[in-house]
Amino acid sequence: MSTKINRESFIRSIADLLRKAEIELPDDVVNALRKAEAAEENQVAKSQLQAILKNLEIAKKYRVPMCQDTGIMIFFAEIGSEFQPGFDLEAAIREAVALATAEIPLRPNAVDPLTRKNSGNNLGVGIPDIHWKIVPGNQLKITAAPKGAGSENMSALRMFNPTETGSIKNFVLETVVNAGGMPCPPLTIGVGIGGSFDAAARLAKEALLEPLDAPMEGLEREIFEAVNALGIGCMGLGGSTTALAVRVKTAHCHTASLPVAVNIQCWANRHASVVFGGDE
Amino acid sequence: MEYHLKTPLKKEDIEKLSAGDIVYLSGEILTARDEAHARILEMGEKKEELPFSMEGAVIYHCGPLMKQTENGWKVVSAGPTTSGRMSKMTPPFLKAHQVRAIIGKGGMKDVADALKNRSVYLAYTGGCAALAAELIKEVKAVHWLDLGMPEAVWVLRVEEFGPLIVGIDTKGKDIFAEIREKAQKQLEKQG
Repeated sequence: MSTKINRESFIRSIADLLRKAEIELPDDVVNALRKAEAAEENQVAKSQLQAILKNLEIAKKYRVPMCQDTGIMIFFAEIGSEFQPGFDLEAAIREAVALATAEIPLRPNAVDPLTRKNSGNNLGVGIPDIHWKIVPGNQLKITAAPKGAGSENMSALRMFNPTETGSIKNFVLETVVNAGGMPCPPLTIGVGIGGSFDAAARLAKEALLEPLDAPMEGLEREIFEAVNALGIGCMGLGGSTTALAVRVKTAHCHTASLPVAVNIQCWANRHASVVFGGDE
Repeated sequence: MEYHLKTPLKKEDIEKLSAGDIVYLSGEILTARDEAHARILEMGEKKEELPFSMEGAVIYHCGPLMKQTENGWKVVSAGPTTSGRMSKMTPPFLKAHQVRAIIGKGGMKDVADALKNRSVYLAYTGGCAALAAELIKEVKAVHWLDLGMPEAVWVLRVEEFGPLIVGIDTKGKDIFAEIREKAQKQLEKQG
């Protein structure tokens, strides 16, 4: 029972986690943006990258969300099989989202899909979206990844024929060209290949959380170079920085299928993690 | 070229702007996104009068994050939203109202014709909401809060709001379309 945690402090921690994710980007993302600004030769694009970096400074200084689209709340939770919270974790996470919405504040973004009625507190059916994974051990790791609609709307999924692996790169490029400046490039592009219809999309979303400073290999590098040769650039105004990184994740799939999902992430690749329990 | 303009914008103010120029705006701007556009068009069809003036207006595609304080509404974060969602509604919207500038992000497909000799599209860096909030000095009014905070029409007073890049000018030049075309060609070459 050593992993027991206090419900109130758990809610506080999750609300603080959301605050951190909304206000500060992870170091690897900031560094990638700085590198892009330094390398960009197109003056209009450079001015946009400078505005982004200035915006990050202001958000950090005044402790306000970096973007008014504070996203819908998505969590990735890895729960150790020996971790025993002693309370309903999902209910507590929901409480933390409502608390964070009121106190940071966050923009209320959750609406009924058909009536479009806004719930007012970022809670709704299936929102927050919490992805649970049971792992060995006695810790709970929660990653908050608030996702804005501008980039999410430009994402795509296609069920290819199994023989069409050679078309994957082109599908990603097509998705990026159709999106143009709308998803707020420079992008992080998550590509999920394999699994099933929904598993491919999940892989693509998880790929966005991978560190941007790790080297890109094989297909990742190939797609990355082709994307940046498109010339869409920061905010679709031209230049060489359409993407900061491409991350590919794969899973085995049915012999008769080849699902491919492309999850588009704007420059504000927001995510933050916290760990509970364990031996500390 | 860099311009510093004041609202309400006159036709001659925007006619001198060319795609690629940088603009800083001071004065009053109105936020309007999906639902507000739909309502403005709907009220137009019914010949109902709007609760705000659109004469020489600057429309900002923005769903701000606001906070209610003892002294009224305060802007927390207010960057531009994706203008592409308003593309279809914009030509009839421009026909019905003397809007002089639209601020947004990502550009709009097939609106350059509707903007010709009437209005300009100004691109503001997407996601730069904290920076924008610093340049918004006052929330003058809010209309249609029943649509929800992001979808309501907020009347804002701004100072030196920018840098805004002229994305589509009154002569029909559209930077976004040019870049899309180039990207499409590059895609075909690679595919």
